[in-house]
Amino acid sequence: MTDVAADEGEASPSRMERLTAVRPRLVSFARLHLRDSAQAEDAVQEALMAAIEKDASFAGRSGYETWVFGILKYKILDTLRTQKRQGKWQPLEEDGDDEVVDRLFQHNGRWHQHARPASWGEPDTVFENERFWQVFDACMIALPDNVARVFSMRELMGLSTAEICQEIGIKENNCWVILHRARLRLRSCLESGWLKEESP
Amino acid sequence: MMMCKGATRLMSLKQDRSLSLQERMSLTFHLMMCDPCRQCDRQFTLLHEVGKRLEADITSRQHDD
Repeated sequence: MTDVAADEGEASPSRMERLTAVRPRLVSFARLHLRDSAQAEDAVQEALMAAIEKDASFAGRSGYETWVFGILKYKILDTLRTQKRQGKWQPLEEDGDDEVVDRLFQHNGRWHQHARPASWGEPDTVFENERFWQVFDACMIALPDNVARVFSMRELMGLSTAEICQEIGIKENNCWVILHRARLRLRSCLESGWLKEESP
Repeated sequence: MMMCKGATRLMSLKQDRSLSLQERMSLTFHLMMCDPCRQCDRQFTLLHEVGKRLEADITSRQHDD
């Protein structure tokens, strides 16, 4: 890692092009986590700078973009930790009821007629649908900040609930409660925003 | 007997940890009888795949040098 590389600190023109190409997708990813365009731009900027500076340490074992993506994930976590340290996170209301979730179910615990999940079709078809991703972004924004944060750490960053508890400072049980709410809210938002629009 | 709300709790939980035998059995039993919950279960699994899709989209090379 430390040795030779005459051109250390200089990413080749082709790598610069690849960074430029992947940049918009990195920004979208960072925005899902940080929920703030300026902070997302900053995190990506820092990740790209780090990738250029450490170009010589790219070992080529994984793809180049995979390596850059790894750096970005680290930067996002770093930004989240800073946000937390600066007291920018609202406290989690772990024990309160979630009225959005309560509205989905009747008192006896069955789905309300209007909230009953419908079929979305094949996952591959869903994922290839541009509109799905637009609605997904909008539904993520619609989640309360602290619910979205736990969901994105778990499902977009791939952290375990144990790791998330450590980052956020909550009990694992609360983490599961929050994820349950996040998933119910997201699927409901996705279905009303996307599926119902698809079928006129 | 477990109702839909409780079933969604287990569907969510199974994305984060393995269910106990008891949990797995009551979920399976509920899903056998409840179509909306079967849909919900598929959708939670789909949401679980979203991150991998985003990652694949970012890391797959679409521009050659």
